[in-house]
Amino acid sequence: MNFGKILVKRIGYGLILLVAVVVLNFTLITIAPGDVADSIAGDMGGADAEVLAEIRIRYGLDQPFLVQLWRYASSIAVLDLGHSYFYNEAVTSLIMQRLPATLLLVFSSQILAITLGMLIGVMAARKPNSFFNLVVTFLSLFGFAAPVFWTGILLIILFVSIFSVFPVGGMMSASLIDASWYEQWLNIAYHLVLPMVTLASIYFAIYSRLTRAAMQEVMGSDYIRTARAKGLSETRVFYKHALRNSLGPLVTVAGLQFSAVISGAVVVEAVFSWPGLGTLALQSILARDTPTIMGILFFSSLVVIIVNIFTDLVLRAIDPRIRID
Amino acid sequence: MNDKVKIAETSPINFTNPRREMTAMFFQNYAAVAGLILLVAILLFVFVGPLFHTVDPFEMVWAPFTLPLQEGFILGTDYLGRDILSAMMAGGQVSLAIGLAAASVSLFIGVLVGSFAGYYGGVIEELLMRFTEFFQVLPTLLFSMVIVALFGASLLTVTLAIGVVSWTAVARVTRSEFLRIRELEYVAAARSGSAKDFYLIFKVILPNALPPIVVQANLMVGSAILFEAALSFLGLSDPNVMSWGQVIGSNRPYILDAGFAVAVPGFAIFLTVLAISLVGDGLNDALNPKLRQR
Repeated sequence: MNFGKILVKRIGYGLILLVAVVVLNFTLITIAPGDVADSIAGDMGGADAEVLAEIRIRYGLDQPFLVQLWRYASSIAVLDLGHSYFYNEAVTSLIMQRLPATLLLVFSSQILAITLGMLIGVMAARKPNSFFNLVVTFLSLFGFAAPVFWTGILLIILFVSIFSVFPVGGMMSASLIDASWYEQWLNIAYHLVLPMVTLASIYFAIYSRLTRAAMQEVMGSDYIRTARAKGLSETRVFYKHALRNSLGPLVTVAGLQFSAVISGAVVVEAVFSWPGLGTLALQSILARDTPTIMGILFFSSLVVIIVNIFTDLVLRAIDPRIRID
Repeated sequence: MNDKVKIAETSPINFTNPRREMTAMFFQNYAAVAGLILLVAILLFVFVGPLFHTVDPFEMVWAPFTLPLQEGFILGTDYLGRDILSAMMAGGQVSLAIGLAAASVSLFIGVLVGSFAGYYGGVIEELLMRFTEFFQVLPTLLFSMVIVALFGASLLTVTLAIGVVSWTAVARVTRSEFLRIRELEYVAAARSGSAKDFYLIFKVILPNALPPIVVQANLMVGSAILFEAALSFLGLSDPNVMSWGQVIGSNRPYILDAGFAVAVPGFAIFLTVLAISLVGDGLNDALNPKLRQR
């Protein structure tokens, strides 16, 4: 199968998944107690039955389920996720404002976790009884068992209260609003350090363990013996021949993990008041702003689906064996 | 990992009774035994501790933020002047109970989906596995936040919200075991004895597919505890029920003044999940001897 065909197939399948997410979203809103009219009435400070009925007609809530679902789905198809009562703004533009912050956090922490995890994993595979093996074992226990918000709070206690090195939260100092772009970027990077390390702490473990296992497996294979027999240096065998072949599992897991990373980001954003989608989700949940919550759920599923398609393509690019199917 | 392999190769174990062999194997693994001891200690602390330490966790007993080991408060007091030691015991009961209940929910769904997919194959498998993939696309925490937000925060909704989003791994494990076992001879023998599908799935195949499912279930309890902690940290749990995560969430605004009120319950969660995963690793080695070689 060629690249284009696979891409079309994957995108088609992704669209089906998206439709399923929309249907699930809408079903949840419908079966949950209370509806939009109730929450609008609640904001107005109460309303009688007549006003409620009027609101319901205005928002089409008197229509049958399928008609409402169709309206909902067709507005989402043109990326109109509705209107937020709480922020009094279109949900799509709310999400777009917050998206860059979340993407910055998610990708920077993943890059950090993958690079460091790979480095430690390779070291551990190279010298099986060394200190690095202990590090991998320790990291994998810690990474699974430590609640991510606790890690964040411990880092705050250490680096903010005891040694005041980093800011306690936020994304940029308010005083820099008129500063030049590189000053702003530096400031953002400075605010990013703690949240990034916190979110990455869950994944160091997974990536270092995976790299170690994959490297150990690859090192036993025939072509490594051939490479050694050719007289290549051990370093070259390790980093050029073996590492490339252990990338496959790493990419697969990084892609599969992505929806979990978004979940982790929600918590980390709450700890460090990072102004991303997670913070928006939490605020809108506390404000009972259903359209915004549903919009975020839809949008983050969309991001996960796109990342999954991308992972699939990258895998095919690094490992020619996958193309055979 | 290498050490374990060595132990297994040189061990003189050669029992004919697989259960005794399994138990012996488990107790030869020091990390697993340490985890088990830790787990028992935590259970004793949480469930037997309140008999000896009878301070009401909701009652204000002293000035807020009394440091640990001062004024007779071993773990200090929180932002409302409540005893943190009592809160650890009461909160632990809830955290552990929700962890167990949520893991049971996801085990139930996962085993059902996985066993039907693995047993029937074909279109049914395709549909069920697509369904599983669909749940993998939804960001789990966001989805359960939405469920709790829409249906209200009670112990029941929180438990269901966690269970409903975390069953996919169980389903995958169950399915792959079923795919393997359904081809074995004793299944063919049972089938030729005109056994019904239902009987084959739950009486013949499932008992033999249990080992990896048990290991997975054990890990599910740990991740469900973490999950509940994250939800209550975000303020999305029943406010009238104290859990470890809820103690952290409610003391969070004061971390710069009283870090211990947050660090202590976090450490409790960490120890519990650590103990559970150590036991899980040990179970994995003992139940799946073939996998040990890796």
